[in-house]
Amino acid sequence: MNKNFNGKRASQSVMFFLFRLMSYMVVGILFCIIGFIVIRGLGVINWEFLTTAPEDGMTKGGIFPAIVGTFYLVVGSMLVAFPIGVMSGIYMSEYASNKHIKRVIRVMTNNLGGIPSIVFGLFGMALFVNKLKFGDSIIAGSFTLGLLALPLIIRVTEEALQAIPDSFRQGSLALGATKLQTIRKVVLPAAFPNIMTGLILSIGRVSGETAPILFTAAAYFLPNLPNSVFNQVMALPYHLYVIATSGTDLEATRPMAFGTALVLIIIVLLMNLIANFIRRKYSK
Amino acid sequence: MKLEANNINFYYGDFQALKNINMTIEQNTVTAFIGPSGCGKSTFLRLFNRMNDLIPDTHLTGECLIGGQNIYDKNITVDELRKKVGMVFQKPNPFPKSIFENVAYGLRVNGVRDKKEIADTVEKSLRQAALWEEVKDKLKKSAYELSGGQQQRLCIARALAISPSVILMDEPASALDPISTSKIEELIFELKNSYTVVIVTHNMQQAARVSDKTGFFMLGELIEFDDTKKIFLNPQKEQTQNYITGRFG
Amino acid sequence: MFKRKKNRFIETIVETLLRFSGGITTLTILLISIFLFTEGWGLFNSSTVEKGYILCVNKSNPVKNLTPTQIKEIFDGNITSWKQVGGSDIPIVPLRMDDVASMYTEEEIGTEFEHLPAKLSEAIEKEPGALGFFPEQFIDIKFMGRVLPAETITLKEYFTGKEWYPTATPASQFGLLPLLLGTLWVSLGAILLALPFGMAVAIYMAEIANNRVRKILKPVIELLAGIPSVVYGFFGLIVIVPLIRSLFNLPVGETALAGSIVLAIMALPTIITVAEDAMRTTPLAMKESSLALGATHWQTIYKVIIPYASSGIMAAIVLGIGRAIGETMAVLMVTGNAAVIPHTFTEPVRTIPATIAAELGEASVGSVQYQALFMLGAILFVLTLGISIWAEIIRKEPQSD
Repeated sequence: MNKNFNGKRASQSVMFFLFRLMSYMVVGILFCIIGFIVIRGLGVINWEFLTTAPEDGMTKGGIFPAIVGTFYLVVGSMLVAFPIGVMSGIYMSEYASNKHIKRVIRVMTNNLGGIPSIVFGLFGMALFVNKLKFGDSIIAGSFTLGLLALPLIIRVTEEALQAIPDSFRQGSLALGATKLQTIRKVVLPAAFPNIMTGLILSIGRVSGETAPILFTAAAYFLPNLPNSVFNQVMALPYHLYVIATSGTDLEATRPMAFGTALVLIIIVLLMNLIANFIRRKYSK
Repeated sequence: MKLEANNINFYYGDFQALKNINMTIEQNTVTAFIGPSGCGKSTFLRLFNRMNDLIPDTHLTGECLIGGQNIYDKNITVDELRKKVGMVFQKPNPFPKSIFENVAYGLRVNGVRDKKEIADTVEKSLRQAALWEEVKDKLKKSAYELSGGQQQRLCIARALAISPSVILMDEPASALDPISTSKIEELIFELKNSYTVVIVTHNMQQAARVSDKTGFFMLGELIEFDDTKKIFLNPQKEQTQNYITGRFG
Repeated sequence: MFKRKKNRFIETIVETLLRFSGGITTLTILLISIFLFTEGWGLFNSSTVEKGYILCVNKSNPVKNLTPTQIKEIFDGNITSWKQVGGSDIPIVPLRMDDVASMYTEEEIGTEFEHLPAKLSEAIEKEPGALGFFPEQFIDIKFMGRVLPAETITLKEYFTGKEWYPTATPASQFGLLPLLLGTLWVSLGAILLALPFGMAVAIYMAEIANNRVRKILKPVIELLAGIPSVVYGFFGLIVIVPLIRSLFNLPVGETALAGSIVLAIMALPTIITVAEDAMRTTPLAMKESSLALGATHWQTIYKVIIPYASSGIMAAIVLGIGRAIGETMAVLMVTGNAAVIPHTFTEPVRTIPATIAAELGEASVGSVQYQALFMLGAILFVLTLGISIWAEIIRKEPQSD
């Protein structure tokens, strides 16, 4: 073995060690963030925290209205985004045949995915809150968040449909099924589990978004739960922002903030786990 | 039903895949198309249920008649056509559904609601496809639990369920083992009694065994079309002679 | 035979709907741009002088108009002579209503302020260097001063203005520069921090790690992308900000650096995923031929795979920058939000998204500030759209050599 060879091997070992180390560091950061919030937040979360409203300037009580509000916003936004997103995905995968149109739509979908969430917030305020006169409300927030979730749902749906072999489609068409029947009875059912992962991941994303609801839906504090879609709501991410940054007694609200952050992380973790579970179960 | 092709030319973009083909296929016969890969035999087969419509940037000139009707007429509804012209593909392609639902699928999409009728038709079709005895106890099981040969017979049963007049088979046994292949061949022989069968195959023995008439294709042209016996024992064209004696292809 | 039988009415409707929904993203982008610009453009047609107030000068004063910046400099005491704004060489005497009112007794002004208009007029008339800033309601037809025309902000002033101070009186300041530079400054820092780590993880995942490790890493990266930005902001506020304060011995820890660190963590998943995908597209034959020539795996990585994937890696960087520029909540929480042009990483800065988030709640609909914030949104939109398209272009470019 000559020197040159040894040098080559040595530099490879050094670099690979470095890459491995840095990768572990990135994993370490994630565990650090999650671990830190879990440790400080776990003691806060109990039944009372999850089921009562904040009290005493947010230093006591719980986050129940924020959980309910986020739930409404998630349901509302998915009602908006899921049907449209899936339909758009179906169009892209099954109908669009012109290469150029497809390219334009794909680029536009990517672009929409790259637009900052605060811009969605501005747009939602201008269109839904002011122009359509929904006011700061669940419905305005749901539409805004729904638009934000669209690109993800479209992309996942399109990929899920593309993964279905053409032989299914041909088999169905050859039996006299129309194109739409083929999509509804063969293609969609086969792609359904994967489309669901898109829905679940967007739920995770939407439940954590703050900027889009700042001016369209979120309220600082509401003693009562909303009773119409035209009411404002409290929401978990906004609640965390509020109690982490403003308040008369930051030290006293800290535990509440950790509890809220932990609830948010649990939601995201749960959604990721479910999505991965579905993906693993149905991918052969 | 009688199939007729008059002056068929077919193009993929600029490439001409079929050149001026004329052919008449009689009712209740088995017709085989043979020829080297890429000769256009599958393309020609797929004209009869308009499966080529799915490929973008293709076009057709000439007439394609089934039972005297030009199937490329404006007022023809493609899915009604495909109901009458069944197709079995090269690779078995059952849907990710139960065995029963696979066969019932064609009935359901064509508007049959009556449960008894569906159950009866499914049984009849599975019997016709010589699969009933093997699957009658596991109709609710996924079609993917069947072997490849059974899956292909399931696909044939599926095609039979909607009572077509014509059955197109695109190399139906090429992905199967010899035992499954012979079962399919027996089946084709049976089917002749009630259907007009057209089969594409690259296996000349198979063509010789199952078909009444054989068409030999090369480079998009129909070189020779005649009784199977004549094609294999006494071909008129030199190219046919070369092909069946294995000099090329 | 073969004729239409099924009822296709519903099918036709559904298919039309499908076709329409295919255009939904394009439509949304169009709507977003229309709304941002129509709401924001009014900024260049609105007076920046506080609503309900006017600026006025002595009739002998030759100065025809004052820009918002000049007004602010005068009332801040930085411009003291009319000569500096194109007038004659006399000192400027700024007069607010309170200044005038304090010169007279309550009786002279009247209990209902009925004599105030006359007094304001008098004050302007007798002081040649006066610059009055009075409520419109006290200006009557007998007013002896000359009212300056309401000044609107120009595009040039907007893009080159060095001060962002929407609530300043008499004139709001809308200078984009500190916000734009703040945004770029924080994002640049974030990318510099994230790039080495992002590349290392991407190379490790694409080339070095075995399948088992990759199966663990992949969800971890996805999770990192899924954590809400407000949680990152909270973590930054509780951990990173105090750390920076004690480490650099600063009065406050909310700095550009804190923003860059948090943003770096948030941009990592984007960079890793895109770069890894790009490296994975390297044809196996290319890799194998390099290995067969006696190159080590590492030599193959940096001489074959990285060059081959370079356009994808560039796209990863660009998309990472895009992600960083648009991030709102985390940055809002950790950067201190001082609207000054940044010079170092250890001072507070304020980004465009953070400004919108912080100020829009207080701006009344249709006000100058509201318009200015929508204009910021429009700029952010154009910026990120440009970045998305740019990334798209470099990703699709054919490989050179």
